Amino acid sequence: MTDQAGAVATDRGDHDPIIQMIGVSKWFGAFNVLRDIQLTIDRGERIVICGPSGSGKSTLIRCINRLEEFQSGRIIVDGIPLTNNVRDIEAVRREVGMVFQQFNLFPHLTVLENCTLSQVWVRKRSKAEAERVARHYLERVRIPEQADKYPGQLSGGQQQRVAIARSLCMNPKVMLFDEPTSALDPEMVKEVLDVMISLAETGMTMLVVTHEMGFAKSVADRVLFMDRGEIVEQAPPDQFFTNPTSERTKLFLSQILSH
Amino acid sequence: MTDPTPTDTAPPPPAGTLGPLAWLRANLFSSWFNGLLTVLILWGLVELIPPLVHWLVIDSVWGPADPQTCRLADGACWAFIHEKYRLILFGTYPYDDQWRPLLAVMIIVALLAASCDPRTWCRLILPMWAIGIALVLVLMFGGVFGLAYVENTRWGGLPVTLLLSVVGLAAAFPVAILLALGRRSDLPVVKALSVVYIEMIRGVPLISLLFMSSVMLPLFLPTGVTIDKLLRAQIAMIMFASAYLAEVIRGGLQGLDNGQYEAADSLGLGYWQKVRLVILPQALAMVIPPIVNTFIAFFKDTSLVLIIGIFDLMTAAKAALTDMYWRGFYKEAYLFVAVFYFCFCFFMSKYSKWLEARTARGVRR
Repeated sequence: MTDQAGAVATDRGDHDPIIQMIGVSKWFGAFNVLRDIQLTIDRGERIVICGPSGSGKSTLIRCINRLEEFQSGRIIVDGIPLTNNVRDIEAVRREVGMVFQQFNLFPHLTVLENCTLSQVWVRKRSKAEAERVARHYLERVRIPEQADKYPGQLSGGQQQRVAIARSLCMNPKVMLFDEPTSALDPEMVKEVLDVMISLAETGMTMLVVTHEMGFAKSVADRVLFMDRGEIVEQAPPDQFFTNPTSERTKLFLSQILSH
Repeated sequence: MTDPTPTDTAPPPPAGTLGPLAWLRANLFSSWFNGLLTVLILWGLVELIPPLVHWLVIDSVWGPADPQTCRLADGACWAFIHEKYRLILFGTYPYDDQWRPLLAVMIIVALLAASCDPRTWCRLILPMWAIGIALVLVLMFGGVFGLAYVENTRWGGLPVTLLLSVVGLAAAFPVAILLALGRRSDLPVVKALSVVYIEMIRGVPLISLLFMSSVMLPLFLPTGVTIDKLLRAQIAMIMFASAYLAEVIRGGLQGLDNGQYEAADSLGLGYWQKVRLVILPQALAMVIPPIVNTFIAFFKDTSLVLIIGIFDLMTAAKAALTDMYWRGFYKEAYLFVAVFYFCFCFFMSKYSKWLEARTARGVRR
């Protein structure tokens, strides 16, 4: 923990925060997509973020690895403050893995090459070492036999599991999931969620934007509800689903749980 | 047909869908309009081909012969080519040393052939080309290893065309990549410079660039400093090709899904790593057809250097025609030159098809 991060006053002094967002606001043009976000995440915490579309939940996690700029406030990840400094940004990105809705695998590389690329170039591992790590994580996401195929030859669920393995190969301290199952056919959602659940069991810090409330109930330490750029409510899942305090949360839950 | 015999095998297709007659109907006479076109084309071929064969082969003069024999014959005068092919292929290069440009051409062709396989691209290609081109220049210039010095104003024909286009494209390609990246850069100065360069060069005909490089540039140089004419033409052609290629490559960069940039970013790859490992392999593969299109156009555009007095293949053919003794055999000369241009362009086009098929392997989404 560096001085900068340590100097930030939080009400969770006895905890060990890995991500701190302090008064973060962001505008797309004149549209205020994030409003004064205050969020502290401890090591090993599993957070599920839900909310209606356009509420800013994807933008929020994309700010954490600086895929989105923010105009005011501060974000500190693992002791590194995110500024415009390219070195800081790259340092944060090395420690933060991300899984996208559209998988975003590199179609010109095989599954194995997808998993070794950043290990070799960013982590400076030898090719053999990188392949060993890649095969280990492909095993973990249960597709070791697809290593030599190209992403285009795999199903959506398989591609998303490769994307998870690709991120894990960098041994990140935090994993961000941006609606990881939204682009999948229904029968493939479970295989991806199973992998995410087993990942959660290893103690990985996870931020998951999703509408899979079953996943939230079984895995999350905290569920965040966002609406119009604000964190409206945050609570452990049992409390969140059975006894929400905000009217907006109640309305949202009634809409997504009614069928 | 009223009493079909029972059979165990699958029923045959209806009558008239198999065999040469059916093929004819499907491909040549599927409608009255297509039938008319077929007949017209057949008539055209009947009119054209026999006289062409007569002129090219049957009535033509082969082997060594004097112009008088040619003028009496009805066909092509290949004796002219027999007499002049060394002048057309190698220009005014000293006659007894013409094995040197021949070897140079062979080295360039060998380099091209060796570069065809993408597997050689990673490490070998740069040293291979550096050594190859150095060898070509040593052969052409001479002055070492007991080779007589030949200044480049005496070079001509095929090696000049090949050198201008191959070196031109090889040098223009990396410049074009930088320009394309620059035009999409977030840095305002880099972006502005790229836009200005591309638009200025694209807005000017190649001929005027060549004139500027050969006539205007020396005016601005301090007295005593001269840049070789061939080199000036080469630089003008590199500038020209890079501007065009840059726009083609930019098309590929823009066609790439933004998620690819974000995935590379999120893995912590730096800008140049991202560009080299993720962006360019995909962006360039997407624009192979227009890149090769630009290459082919550029290869033929090298013939414009004749206006500043450089002796490329085309100029050499024109020079061969100025011989008083052999006047008037321009058809043969231009056909001969056309065969060379065609061979190189056709090869490029075939290669591009192969490369497209090869890169498409992994990119099935």
